Amino acid sequence: MSTTLLAPGFADPSHDAQRLFRGVLDAFSHPGRIVELPDAPAGPGTLSPAASAFLLTFADRETPLWLEAGVDRQEVRDFLRFHAGTPLVQAREAATFAVIIGGGGEPFAGFAIGTDTYPDRAATLVIEVPALDGGPITTWRGPGVDGEVQVAIDGLGDGFWPAWTANHALFPCGVDLVFASGSRLIALPRSVAVEA
Amino acid sequence: MYVAVKGGETAIAHSLDLVADKRRGDRDVAELSLDQIDQQLGLAVDRVMTEGSCYDRSLAALAIKQARGDLIEAIFLLRAYRTTLPRFGASEPLDTTRMVAERRISSTFKDVPGGQVLGPTYDYTHRLLDFSLAASGERPEAPTAPADATHALPRVGDILQRDGLLEPPPSNDDGEARDLTRDPLVLPASRPLRLQNLARGDEGFLLALGYSTQRGYGNNHPFVGEIRYGHVPVSFVPEELGFAIEIGEIEVTECDMVNQFAGSHDVPPQFTRGYGLAFGHAERKAMAMALVDRALRADELGEAVTSPAQDEEFVLAHSDNVEGSGFVQHLKLPHYVDFQSELVVVRMLRAEVEKRREQAALAQAAE
Amino acid sequence: MPDATIQDTPSQDAAYNYGYLDEQTKRMIRRAILKAVAVPGYQVPFGGREMPLPYGWGTGGIQVTAAIIGREDTLKVIDQGADDTTNAVSIRRFFARVAQVATTTHTKEATIIQTRHRVPETPLTDGQILVFQVPIPEPLRMLEPRETETRTLHALSEYGVMQVSLYESIARHGRIAKTYNYPVMVNGRYIMSPSPIPKFDNPKLDRSPALQLYGAGREKRIYAVPPHTPVNSLDFDDHPFEVETWTESCELCGSTESFLDEMIVDDTGKRLFVCSDTDYCESRR
Repeated sequence: MSTTLLAPGFADPSHDAQRLFRGVLDAFSHPGRIVELPDAPAGPGTLSPAASAFLLTFADRETPLWLEAGVDRQEVRDFLRFHAGTPLVQAREAATFAVIIGGGGEPFAGFAIGTDTYPDRAATLVIEVPALDGGPITTWRGPGVDGEVQVAIDGLGDGFWPAWTANHALFPCGVDLVFASGSRLIALPRSVAVEA
Repeated sequence: MYVAVKGGETAIAHSLDLVADKRRGDRDVAELSLDQIDQQLGLAVDRVMTEGSCYDRSLAALAIKQARGDLIEAIFLLRAYRTTLPRFGASEPLDTTRMVAERRISSTFKDVPGGQVLGPTYDYTHRLLDFSLAASGERPEAPTAPADATHALPRVGDILQRDGLLEPPPSNDDGEARDLTRDPLVLPASRPLRLQNLARGDEGFLLALGYSTQRGYGNNHPFVGEIRYGHVPVSFVPEELGFAIEIGEIEVTECDMVNQFAGSHDVPPQFTRGYGLAFGHAERKAMAMALVDRALRADELGEAVTSPAQDEEFVLAHSDNVEGSGFVQHLKLPHYVDFQSELVVVRMLRAEVEKRREQAALAQAAE
Repeated sequence: MPDATIQDTPSQDAAYNYGYLDEQTKRMIRRAILKAVAVPGYQVPFGGREMPLPYGWGTGGIQVTAAIIGREDTLKVIDQGADDTTNAVSIRRFFARVAQVATTTHTKEATIIQTRHRVPETPLTDGQILVFQVPIPEPLRMLEPRETETRTLHALSEYGVMQVSLYESIARHGRIAKTYNYPVMVNGRYIMSPSPIPKFDNPKLDRSPALQLYGAGREKRIYAVPPHTPVNSLDFDDHPFEVETWTESCELCGSTESFLDEMIVDDTGKRLFVCSDTDYCESRR
């Protein structure tokens, strides 16, 4: 029997989810904008509050989830199964959502990118990073951005931005990203070009 | 000053009062009870349950009462309620060989195991208005033989299938049944999704399409292999138990339509199937559905798609009377902004034509 | 200025969830909205539900609004530009009832504006969401009725059929005679139906600071235009896009810049013109 305490989910499921959704929608509508999530649940410790909030807001029985080894721990599994009923999958291509730490190596390889006729059937990846600012400066351009915006996410792997450029080139296919740190996040939809 | 159709709030409130008043009608006439609707307008209840995708006689009766007998409106009411209900899961597939049949006929064989059971049908009534019904009067109960619940009732199709004369039931390719009311329809659709669509589809629409296949628009030479109507048990596997338990019984009408198939160089000639199922007693619906189901298998069976009933996109996109009714009637909503845009352009184009005419007339006069 | 607060009767039905839709359905719609924002102008299929209002009467817009709305929102609903048309009243009452939300007629005060057939004259701002009710989401539908075909045309960016259709209009009339639901190109990739707004409103969609969400209930599609996204009305170099103009001005506020509704005021066919956008008109009187 497990003796670990289950981290709490939403106190007020309907309204908490609505407020968090609007935060995430604001982030997707304004790529590069740092969005502070209101009342994000603390989560099970190894997940940031922002990643926990994102998953509780969007994931459920219908959205298979892939976890990188570093976050794939019993308390995280218990938290997501109990509060969201999310099935955890081993195969990247089966995942609707995924949680990745830092985005080193080939961060997007294997995830669903949608098809030319159904580009919406693509995965959304949550990338845990140490900070959303203070890192190397990048310039973002595309839908949702008024001209251009400078973003300085910290702690990403060396190959990350070249991999993103390749992903952006797949448009309208491609994965969409959420960078999570503490209770804040930045969204990066596939439509946005990044100059590193 | 003239005021356009605005100030809607009060107008809407009054309209709601009026429709409620109309619904009740003359207060000197006794009010209908839901039991009366269920028992005496039972076929209307059956249709509302079928096309409303919700088996609940009292809810369907309530919807019919609220809609003043407008069955499409009642179907809409029932569906809008159904969509808010929580899902506990999917039942096991119905086994209609376990049906306690009140009626069961085959037109392909003179006699079949289990026998021909005529049961209650309008088929042999003379359509003469029965004025004795105008005055209320008690009817004596009809004598009935006790229904046989002990023996399974084999399907005529299964017997034909044993000899290879009839194709086996087409398999469900994607294994798990998807729910048309939860996921958007993706085309081309699988047969289970097509059948869901047809089961919810408007009876009149399917009747017309089925009829069209008999008149040469996608002919598939149908025979009624079997129609059966009666009670079947519904089973469900609760996750915590892990085995099926019976949770109740429902009344259904099932139609297995047997159709000619020429065969090909490699495949010997064989009969093929069309399938229809409806809640309650609804033979017209089940038969029309079976005809259209067969017609929609044209692609799968290598037949040329030449007629409306064979055209999957056309049939599936237009079968739903709640969608159709809404979109046709939305034309009642104000469109004066769009109409104004058209007016501006039509006036401009008319002025331009007029100008060209004048110029042509002037040029002619000058010659 | 008239009082913008609308007297509705906010009393939640205990039988229904907040915002009418169940949480599972809201999550499904919210996921579709995120994908719609990520691929501007692309129509995302979603599991549209049966709503208690008829198909064709705004069920797509209502589902989108129901999935995004919260207690902190202020909702404005317009039909033909007006807050007091019957269907706008009906939808506003629905949300006041199921979401206990504040409602307004003032464009500037609204956080969510659900609309049928118009974009408000007052410029929208960052943070506002404009929800369009869409009857036929597929801009190519009247040229190609098959979904399997149009989906392929979008996948290949094969839009010649639309160009031909507009060119035929020029050949026949000397100009593009399409007046509403005028097709647009979003971010240079997808041709999109802006819903049946007059083409007068098309320029307001281009690089708007507000988020535009489009919901088609019967056809079960959601699509979006993020803020600051280029939205170009289709045209030709020698036949540039142009909008409706009036020689008249608004009888009530004198505006010569807004979209005007024409009214017949007596049996002899005498006409007068007033602003379609009632909030804009009232704010100028």
